[in-house]
Amino acid sequence: MSSFSKDFKSGLADTWPMMLAFAPIAMLWGTLAAAKGFSPLEAMLMSALVYAGASQFVAIDMWAYPLPIALMVFTVFIINIRHMLYAASISRHMGEIPSRWHIPLMYILTDEAWALLERKALSHPLTLGYFVGIAFPLWPTWFLSSAIGAFIGTKLPDPALIGLDFAFAAMFITILAGFWKGPRTGAVIITSAAVAVLAKIYLPGAWYIVLGGLAGVAVAAIMHREDAQ
Amino acid sequence: MSEIFTVHFTTLLAIIGMGLATYSTRLSGLLLMRGVVVQGRLKTALDAVPPAVLVAVITPTIFMTGKAETIAALITAVAAFFRLPLLAVIFIGVASVVVLRHMF
Repeated sequence: MSSFSKDFKSGLADTWPMMLAFAPIAMLWGTLAAAKGFSPLEAMLMSALVYAGASQFVAIDMWAYPLPIALMVFTVFIINIRHMLYAASISRHMGEIPSRWHIPLMYILTDEAWALLERKALSHPLTLGYFVGIAFPLWPTWFLSSAIGAFIGTKLPDPALIGLDFAFAAMFITILAGFWKGPRTGAVIITSAAVAVLAKIYLPGAWYIVLGGLAGVAVAAIMHREDAQ
Repeated sequence: MSEIFTVHFTTLLAIIGMGLATYSTRLSGLLLMRGVVVQGRLKTALDAVPPAVLVAVITPTIFMTGKAETIAALITAVAAFFRLPLLAVIFIGVASVVVLRHMF
């Protein structure tokens, strides 16, 4: 077996639970899109091309005619700015992946894929097979489930009824635990959470992610000591 | 069948615009780091990106939604610190939130 397919399978083994969580959430999104007049093909196109769950839910919420296209594009950009940090951080662990793959791979760098990749990068440099195995299967899962949701159209049971809305937070908490390196990590986490709470209360939209994240990073930079390296 | 495959022009335009917005955020982080030597304080800062952003993303869910979510997050964190497999921890988190939502 080539190392690509071996690593791909290892990625798939880590990512399939997320595929299970993606499907009902994408289907729910599809039903909401259908309620705003989306055809199943339009829902599939949006999930395939925009491919960022939180921003898609917000965009569908804003969907009214005439379409405020510029405002929607700007809102999606703001909600997704966190991906800039994801890409900057994960790119440091992609040294073993041929560089011609780096640009296309960024297309499938979702929250879930990024978190799983960072977890792997704690112990191993990332390979092309592992990256693709983690990130790629989530993409068709997302856009095909969106199309199915829009096709069914009628209100599906809410994924929150079986706690699926919490799966994402639970995964992030688990991966977060792997980054614990002592009290300094605690200071980063507390700062990030405190600033995120304040930003969530006082600012509209998704600024809390970027501001909380940057505050945590700033605290880490302030605490940096050269001899601690 | 035609209704399944309908694509309105303005809808497509909005989708393409939002798609470019998303991809530009993912791509710019990669391009920003090209040729940057990561060491010292910059390395410390970048090493803090995963924990800082992971926390910020879930803060509204775990701290600002309700008692059920906050307690479920604590239970999940305990399970995570015992180094249980990822899937087991997610299951524990999801199961706790379902039970706790019935209680509160």
